Amino acid sequence: MLRSLLSTAIICGTVLVSGPSFAASLDQLKSPNVDLPTSDTMFPDGPGADEINGSCLACHSADHILNQPLLTREAWQEVVNKMIKAYKAPIDPASAAKIVDYLARTKGKS
Amino acid sequence: MKSHQILHPTMSRRGLLAGAGMGGLALMSSPAWAQDTVDFHVPGGPSIRPISTAYPEKGRMIVQRTSPPWLETPFEVFDKGTFTPNDQHYVSWHWADFPTQFDLQKYRLTVRGQVNRTLSLSLNDLLHGLPRFEIAAVSQCTGNGRPSMQPRVAGAQWYKGAMSNALWTGVRLKDVLDRAGVKADATMVRFAGVEDAILPGAPKFMKSITVDHARDGEVMIAFGMNGQQLPLLNGFPVKLIIPGWVATYWIKMLNDIEVLNHPDDNYWTTTGYRIPNVPHGNVKPGDKNYQMVPITTNRPRSFITNINDGDTMPIGAPATVRGIAFGGDCGVARVDLSLDGGKTWRATQLGKDEGKYGFRRWTTQVTLAARGAQTLMVRCTNTSGEAQPDFPIWNPGGYMYNTIETTHVVAA
Repeated sequence: MLRSLLSTAIICGTVLVSGPSFAASLDQLKSPNVDLPTSDTMFPDGPGADEINGSCLACHSADHILNQPLLTREAWQEVVNKMIKAYKAPIDPASAAKIVDYLARTKGKS
Repeated sequence: MKSHQILHPTMSRRGLLAGAGMGGLALMSSPAWAQDTVDFHVPGGPSIRPISTAYPEKGRMIVQRTSPPWLETPFEVFDKGTFTPNDQHYVSWHWADFPTQFDLQKYRLTVRGQVNRTLSLSLNDLLHGLPRFEIAAVSQCTGNGRPSMQPRVAGAQWYKGAMSNALWTGVRLKDVLDRAGVKADATMVRFAGVEDAILPGAPKFMKSITVDHARDGEVMIAFGMNGQQLPLLNGFPVKLIIPGWVATYWIKMLNDIEVLNHPDDNYWTTTGYRIPNVPHGNVKPGDKNYQMVPITTNRPRSFITNINDGDTMPIGAPATVRGIAFGGDCGVARVDLSLDGGKTWRATQLGKDEGKYGFRRWTTQVTLAARGAQTLMVRCTNTSGEAQPDFPIWNPGGYMYNTIETTHVVAA
């Protein structure tokens, strides 16, 4: 199920590139002007999906998590703790618990 | 010159189609989409990744994360040469907040802190105001090979392609620091780029090295990569290059150099990117009886690039086996091959030395005598005498994996 979502991971943006036309001598640089691909992939439905969609996608696309290996509940708890403590994700304790449950259920390892 | 940045039209249309259909399973099984994935065949989690040409100034790249981009170099690229093409040089960002274009007239690199003169260098100053310096060096993510660790570890699941070699052109950091005049009590130099954290209070990405290291004449500020300006995703317009050290330190879009007279207490030094201070950084899961220290240098690695796991090789006929190696923080002394699971090793021929911090080609001929499953193992020993370990490496961060690689083939 998770794999099927990967196909939606890449939504191509319009890419405008004005690349170097002269840079071999590196006498001057010319700024690119680009658009980066974004993703509108959401997490599969289930208990906690609203919380993980609402809390985790501000900083990174869902494939960051969907591509992770299967981890123990303790390991997922550590990941969520790190996101809150070190990276300042604004997740209240009740939502954090639901997110850990979601990850342990969908990407868990005993 | 020809632009290598133009999107492959077919590929981009495929990407749009795949993204538009939320019933992704059907698309996954269609031949068009199947061509554009790679399967790492690593147990313990999703092992298939999309391959995309949708990123600006980039060719075919494995998408480990869409945003902020984690783009892995497809492994076949490493068989083509020892310098990785700019459009397939791997990409790794911490935060999604970085510019997608620059007003280069306004770009400034600041040198501040424990210096006699604060500098605000323009790109013109860097391109035309200081002696030029060039060096070949492998950029490698600290977590390259993380999925090979068992049990699996959270983090970017780089298979093997979070490494790339380039000839870097720019100026020596030493020359820049000498222009500013480093004060006598300075101890560390800390670097930051334009990239910002998304969330308020989250730690801006910064790394630091000692003043002596910063002034060693090899650490440099690069505006050129294989003779071209850097792709934006690789750190345009200027990037810090620390030859021999992991690319975590190679700050992209570098705009701030701060000379300190005290230890660097920022998160990315005190908490992030730390490894057990034991040989090979190797500990057992659950062990706590060790100190953690910042990751620093690359370690020797070698790879077979012309034969893949599962390939068939001829019996009784010579076959060429070739690949790449790098020594880490010094050159490659030798690369050896084993056909018997590591019991005996034979030397391979090394290709041209194009710089001790770069990739080195190696090549040899083998003749497999027995039918059936065989293994090819390859081991780099660097010029300091350090060889790749023959045992699996594990640590909590999934850092600095460099165990000898084994390729499984069938002789038929």
